[in-house]
Amino acid sequence: MADIRRKGIHIEAICKRYGKGDTAVDALKGLEMQVFPGEVVGLIGPSGSGKSTLLKCLGAVIEPTTGRMTLGGEVIYDNGWKIPDLRALRRDKIGFVFQAPYLIPFLDVTDNVALPPMLAGRSNAESRKRALELLEALDVAHRAKAMISQLSGGEQQRVSIARALVNRPPVILADEPTAPLDSERAMAVIRILNDMAVQYETAIIVVTHDEKIIPTFKRIYRIRDGKTQEEAGEGRALNSIDSFAVLNRFPQKVR
Amino acid sequence: MISLAGRDIQHAWGKFVFTGVGLGLLIGVTLTMAGVYRGMVDDAKALLDNSGADLWVVQQGTLGPYAESSSLYDDIYRSILGMPGVTRAANVTYLTMQVRHGGQDVRAMVVGVVCGGAGQPGQPGYLVSGRRITRTHYEAVADMASGFKLGDRIRIRRNLYSVVGLTRRMVSSSGDPMVFIPIKDAQEAQFLKDNDAIVQQRRRTAANPLFNRPGAPGLLDAVIASQSKNPYVNAVLVQIKPGLSPEEAAEPIRRWKRLQVYTREQMEEILVGKLIATSAKQIGMFLVILAIVSAAIIAFIIFTLTLGKIREIAVLKLIGTRNSTIAWMILQQALALGVIGFVVGKIAATIWAPFFPKYVLLVPEDAARGFMALMVICVFASLLAIRTALRVDPAEAIGG
Repeated sequence: MADIRRKGIHIEAICKRYGKGDTAVDALKGLEMQVFPGEVVGLIGPSGSGKSTLLKCLGAVIEPTTGRMTLGGEVIYDNGWKIPDLRALRRDKIGFVFQAPYLIPFLDVTDNVALPPMLAGRSNAESRKRALELLEALDVAHRAKAMISQLSGGEQQRVSIARALVNRPPVILADEPTAPLDSERAMAVIRILNDMAVQYETAIIVVTHDEKIIPTFKRIYRIRDGKTQEEAGEGRALNSIDSFAVLNRFPQKVR
Repeated sequence: MISLAGRDIQHAWGKFVFTGVGLGLLIGVTLTMAGVYRGMVDDAKALLDNSGADLWVVQQGTLGPYAESSSLYDDIYRSILGMPGVTRAANVTYLTMQVRHGGQDVRAMVVGVVCGGAGQPGQPGYLVSGRRITRTHYEAVADMASGFKLGDRIRIRRNLYSVVGLTRRMVSSSGDPMVFIPIKDAQEAQFLKDNDAIVQQRRRTAANPLFNRPGAPGLLDAVIASQSKNPYVNAVLVQIKPGLSPEEAAEPIRRWKRLQVYTREQMEEILVGKLIATSAKQIGMFLVILAIVSAAIIAFIIFTLTLGKIREIAVLKLIGTRNSTIAWMILQQALALGVIGFVVGKIAATIWAPFFPKYVLLVPEDAARGFMALMVICVFASLLAIRTALRVDPAEAIGG
């Protein structure tokens, strides 16, 4: 299992075409990308550049027209062929973190995090144990029994990160995870994602427009007109940030 | 696996319960409508049971005495008593009218019965207080539902009657309480005219040269005397020997007396199948409409609740929730709404049924059938919401 997860994300010549004939639009045009386990990579680009399309392809909710894509060492698309059970793939191999946490409002914190392993067939007790471990690691275990509406924005975002990590997926896709947060909290969330990437050997792609967090990435993929261009990031050190202290300081609701 | 539906209901229990209560009141109305029909059938059966008859002898070619008017001479019962298998026979009249009581009109079925004890055809089976009619005039036994009390004086046409006994559950097929009076008084009440009408009738008879002939001086008086009497009754109630088939006793009366005879089963068929058939269809239509309205409400509520969770459903699908799990969640909520609605409806119907002016009979079988129908309605009502939920694209959670 460990060797598979080391494989991270590999994208080769991915194309995605919407529509047919004269109205066809090429959203992705032979895009290449690699993200290794334990690495947090930024994906930036203007609106309409293909970021969301790429994220949806990676998230196994739409299929690329051509190209090859490997997640966690497993080929999921290969020039028209796709893995049969995309739902199980999303459940077991991909974690999602969104701009808004999109937690399930009628479940408490523990059950929100424990839901993915339950869906994967694990027992309630084991799923909750895993959830509590992650909530402990993300310093929100004290809100384990709270309902989502009772949490601050920072707490909600950490719960959503815990949910993304709970099935120990080799890949996490984070879509604008810091957009609703101020600068200090945004940095705190990125620090958490970096720590989790290392701790759980997870490959993380962070799609962002947020200028303040871009300097924290060591590698950046800039996407423009359906193609990526790899750039070296500043990789600004985040060690000085006490993420949990920052996120616990003020209750800030997400937008 | 945790119950997603249960948690959702628990989270928004107020909204869910109040919606269920609203639906429950509608279901209560539905159950009550069914109870009204059952009450009508039960009233009809009670009418037959309380008559104490095995056979009803009525005018030939009629469905009397309840569904159609029937007229027989009041001495026919004597000849029927002589027929094979007949043990008792008694005249009876039925007249639905407004009875004056304390300045108010009470709708009642006035039954003319032959004086006698319990078991006599036409007599009420039992009394809850007072005594039976022992005098041949101006005494009455009334059903409690009429509101009369012992000693009350009630006016029927021009005469006053003393209530000497009270009975219970003696009603017409329309649910009107019965008032029993002596047969002679009842015969008079059926045809008794006011003084002006009597004067008019005598004048017209006297003016008719056929009845007022100089050569027949006693004829006019005889005709007027015959017009002042009512020798008719509506039916003869017959009891037969134990063990004898009703049809065996009925056939000779039909054949030799040239009269219509109905057995208990035939009379029940007339009352339930003909007399209250239109009302039953009316109620049936109401039930169908209420079922459609209930289905529409449940569908609307579940659909609205589902639309409010589109983003959550997209996230659930994105993180790998099976379609069947999501469909089951919606179906469970629809069924839970139905269960809440049914419980509230059953309680509401039980509480308000006794306040209805007519008898409302809530039978467990109807409740069970209603519950099953409601569950089926819930399943169908949730289909639209399930279809919508299953069409939600997990990509919606990612946005863009």
